[in-house]
Amino acid sequence: MTRLTRIFLALALFCLPCLPPLALAADGDPGGDYPKAVAGLGSDSRQTILDSLDAVAGLGDPRALPALDALQDRRLKRDAAGRVLIVSKDGASAVDAASGENYPGPLDALSDPPVNNLVRQRISAVLSALALISPDPEQRLLAAKELAGRPVESARAGLAKALGKETDARVKSLLEQTLAQIDLKSPDKTARLAAIKAIGASGNSDFLPALRQVVDKLDNSDALSADPDISEAAARAVASLERRDLAVRAARDLFFGASLGSVLLLAALGLAITFGLMGVINMAHGEMLMIGAYVAYVVQEFFSNRFPDFADWYLPAAIPLAFATAAVIGMLLERAIIRHLYGRPLETLLATWGISLALIQTVRLIFGAQNVEVRNPAFLSGGFELVRGLTLTYNRIGIIVFVVFVVALTWLLLNRTPLGLSIRAVTQSRSTASAMGIFTSRVDMWTFGLGSGIAGLGGVALTQVGNVGPELGQSYIVDSFMVVVLGGVGKLAGTIFGALGLGFINKFLEPFSGAVLGKIIVLVLVVVFIQKRPQGIFALKGRTAD
Amino acid sequence: MTKNTAGLLSPVAWTAFAAALGAAVLIVPVLNLALPADSALHAPDYLVALMGKFLCYAMVALAIDLIWGFTGILSLGHGMFFALGGYAMGMHLMRGIAGEGVYRSDLPDFMVFLDWKELPWYWHGFEHFWFAMLMAVLVPGAFALVFGFFAFRSRIKGVYFSIITQAMTYAAMLLFFRNNTGFGGNNGLTDFKRLLGFSLLESGTKVGLYVASALALAGTFLLCRFVTVSKLGRVLIAIRDAESRVMFSGYDPLRYKLFVWTLSAVLCGVAGALYAPQVGIINPSEMHPGNSIEMAIWAAVGGRGTLIGPIIGAWLVNGAKSVFTVAFPDLWLYFLGAIFIATTLFLPAGIVGLGRLLSGRKNGRHGERS
Repeated sequence: MTRLTRIFLALALFCLPCLPPLALAADGDPGGDYPKAVAGLGSDSRQTILDSLDAVAGLGDPRALPALDALQDRRLKRDAAGRVLIVSKDGASAVDAASGENYPGPLDALSDPPVNNLVRQRISAVLSALALISPDPEQRLLAAKELAGRPVESARAGLAKALGKETDARVKSLLEQTLAQIDLKSPDKTARLAAIKAIGASGNSDFLPALRQVVDKLDNSDALSADPDISEAAARAVASLERRDLAVRAARDLFFGASLGSVLLLAALGLAITFGLMGVINMAHGEMLMIGAYVAYVVQEFFSNRFPDFADWYLPAAIPLAFATAAVIGMLLERAIIRHLYGRPLETLLATWGISLALIQTVRLIFGAQNVEVRNPAFLSGGFELVRGLTLTYNRIGIIVFVVFVVALTWLLLNRTPLGLSIRAVTQSRSTASAMGIFTSRVDMWTFGLGSGIAGLGGVALTQVGNVGPELGQSYIVDSFMVVVLGGVGKLAGTIFGALGLGFINKFLEPFSGAVLGKIIVLVLVVVFIQKRPQGIFALKGRTAD
Repeated sequence: MTKNTAGLLSPVAWTAFAAALGAAVLIVPVLNLALPADSALHAPDYLVALMGKFLCYAMVALAIDLIWGFTGILSLGHGMFFALGGYAMGMHLMRGIAGEGVYRSDLPDFMVFLDWKELPWYWHGFEHFWFAMLMAVLVPGAFALVFGFFAFRSRIKGVYFSIITQAMTYAAMLLFFRNNTGFGGNNGLTDFKRLLGFSLLESGTKVGLYVASALALAGTFLLCRFVTVSKLGRVLIAIRDAESRVMFSGYDPLRYKLFVWTLSAVLCGVAGALYAPQVGIINPSEMHPGNSIEMAIWAAVGGRGTLIGPIIGAWLVNGAKSVFTVAFPDLWLYFLGAIFIATTLFLPAGIVGLGRLLSGRKNGRHGERS
């Protein structure tokens, strides 16, 4: 448990007394028990303190919270007469811990109870146990998590009691797991078997080491450890946990693969369209990504300066702007340079490399060579835990959704608009299309704009998952070429398969070989793949001759 | 392939060649060694090393010209072959100072740092100079042979081949960046001290390396000339201009392409081996895809398919780089980008082509398009 959560917990608990009377507190105050327990907290004997803590936990009375808090903060003091006092945070006044009355005496002659780490640990356990009866499920969850880290026998009764009343599913499962963990050491065979079964069903792989110990009979502290039933049940539970672990890992790889594939798809989609249409590789394509990302940055800065209340809205605003900026720059490049190099694809490659150098340097001079920070808007930060061990982050989900949207739009544009018809015609046969009255040079320009615009959109998406710097585009260029090689040209489906395929292969290889070697293996695989299918996965049917 | 050495160079060209080589191997050494250090004409050591470096670059440009200018195959991965040659030499130099590193260990410092106990198997043999030089030639050559075989067999060409070679050098860069690969990771190999017993800090050694580079460049030039004027060279040009027709005429382009591709890689390896001791370091950034593209532009600036052009191009571009990155560091990338664009747009035949155009000579070269 980190210091931060502990502070948070303490704060949350601090608010507890203000809440409406609690169910448990209303169970009836057994008269003298409560004042006695609280008074014991200020004792000069450590053992009395510990006992009192247990008593407070047993009482389950939230009235004890201020005193516990004070003990934690070293504000619980004792005067010469043995009255236990809670000193206020500013140290100016004090109240009686048991009765809550103001203390009139001097504050400078008070003594401290002996608090050590053992006591502190017990305090947080009791605090958590008390928080378990909070009406707020979030606080109960927090408390349950705290308790799960400290499965001690003494907490068992309180846990079982809280579990009986619990309604929130997350808290419930946590409590059950904690109980099971405690019962794993239970001297009762049925309880231990039930605990093992519960752990196996919990799907929490954190328990694996403990279970393996049981399987291997490493713990010889009692007779039950050697019981074959126990170790057999534990082996079953281990197997079930491992199976689940594998499934979760596969699901996680799938998710990250899909998210990486989506990014690659956004980076490569425009490249594949222009390559299919004009047969040229645009080395400056990566810089269109970079431009899109910097547009997002500029829009973000503009929003946070001018409309700080709507700062999160920069992202929706940046999407059309990034598309337009990248598209205009792409069209300018096509008109100014690339169209003069038709029929010379290798030289186009070099010229566009020159363009990319100039664009990188321009951005570097304007924004500096350092990375700039593009924040996740609130609706894209965080994530949710689908199942234990598999957290889906909103930014990656957002990218996947965004890619689906962009691909759908591109598909519509290519298949349902006059421009799309022209693009497909020119891709199939430039000369025939030209003979049919299609103004191929204009189609080229618009297509280049479209491809660059899509890259601009990809740049906006990239700001949500990675760094934004002048060299952003360079790091994606080789990968997006591989997508084009793998997917072939002229078919949207090929690019989609290529990108997702590369994304999945990369993520599935990573655990075995590390990121770098995984990347190298992928490159080798691509080279091997084009031995078999030089035209990519989805080749356009037709004849090629030169 | 008939031996056509008689037509290797015209008598005039032989004279020019001899004069250029003589000037190169005489002027710089004399300016460096014979003149006193305070003389205005004295060539400082760093200049000798810089010139030597340019000579190595010129060899690379020639190698690229062979494969791109004459065969029409644009490789964006020659930086890898260059670096492989450099690493072979670097490994020999590292082995040469065994026991003299910071840790006084028999292993190179970075291995001690990684807590390696013994030399990896692929480091064995590099303590011998002849073995290292053999590897500087064999490793790039063998790699090119295998890679080229698979690529050319499946008839990958044009931009496809270019981006596959780019991926190749990129993958190699990633591989060499890893510490576990055993080539010093990020830092590469450095802190060289001696080559064949001569201290690399001595002016004499620097001049020696420079002269060796000049001779190697001259040899490369003659070899390339020999290849391109031979019958083989004619087939290469035919492949560049119309590969299908070459096939229909009964030639197998695979063998020709494979030969010239491998030769080109080997030449790069030699250049890299000469480069490493003069620069004093070899690291994975040499394999960065950007470097290989820059190498292609050297050939393009000078004029593809001319042999003399790439040498000029390599010197001009790198000379400009040396000046610009010191005088106007912010502008260098703009200038380089402009070279890329201007050369492809306005100077498809390079500076040599421009010279021919200005002097009104019609060379009758077709098929500039690749």
